[in-house]
Amino acid sequence: MRSSVIVFPGSNCDRDIAVALEKMQFKNQMVWHKESKLPKTDLIVVPGGFSYGDYLRSGAIAGKSLIIDEVIKAAAAGCLVLGICNGFQILTETGLLKGTLLRNKNLKFINKDVNLIVSNNKTKFTSKYELNQILKINIAHNEGNYFTNPQHLEKLKKENLIAFKYCDEKGDINKDSNPNGAMENIAGIFNDKKNILGMMPHPERMIDKTISNSDGVNLFSSLIS
Amino acid sequence: MKFSVTVTLKKDVLDPQGKVVHNTLTNLGIDNLKSIRQGKFFEIEVHEIDQKKAEDKVKEMCEKLLVNLIIEDFQINKLQ
Repeated sequence: MRSSVIVFPGSNCDRDIAVALEKMQFKNQMVWHKESKLPKTDLIVVPGGFSYGDYLRSGAIAGKSLIIDEVIKAAAAGCLVLGICNGFQILTETGLLKGTLLRNKNLKFINKDVNLIVSNNKTKFTSKYELNQILKINIAHNEGNYFTNPQHLEKLKKENLIAFKYCDEKGDINKDSNPNGAMENIAGIFNDKKNILGMMPHPERMIDKTISNSDGVNLFSSLIS
Repeated sequence: MKFSVTVTLKKDVLDPQGKVVHNTLTNLGIDNLKSIRQGKFFEIEVHEIDQKKAEDKVKEMCEKLLVNLIIEDFQINKLQ
């Protein structure tokens, strides 16, 4: 399976995700944001970081870059797209995912391992997880507070478009287990066709027990299976 | 022709920065403070003599890039 990681000035998780993809047997290519063509690919990853120094709004400038037109076209043709952290913010700025990521409610940059619950395991991104499985995955962001209009929120719930929610170790989803103030504890969402996933947590940081844990592995093994 | 653009969060969007500024001003002894919303400000000059055309251009800039219409409102004012 072929993957392409889009690199912007200020991306800083691009090499981590490349390591994760290659470890999981993807044939990966890095694609600079000024390219006007994407290589043939089955998965596009928009990585984390601080593209353009978060100028204007997180992801706003990267969301208007040359390569993004190609990402939008590929997504419309059914290509899988994964946006992690700043990548999620960029995908909302392009309109590929609805809603937006506001500043964390406590105004702090949060870097810690948090519990997530798998809310939908019937997708190409999550099929190797159990439904309601609890994962421990790192978050590191300043703007992760997911916000959308009430109609879209209703749609997310009704059509099972929420991928992951923040929870506690027991799987309880409540205010105390919500690190950033996100609506309904949302940590990641799909588009209508479920070929695009945007998530704030970093699965690429959880692929090796010697440095963290392996809770992120099944996201990549779901994609490659 | 020169314009100012003020971008503010919509009414129903939580503004934690505005809230902190509000609290801090209250702590500094400023009373009668009703509310504070924090926003962004742009000064934009365009090469255009027709005011309507220039305003349309600035509006286009707002909608295409400067403003996230999901959470923000904007106000355009002519400066010169």
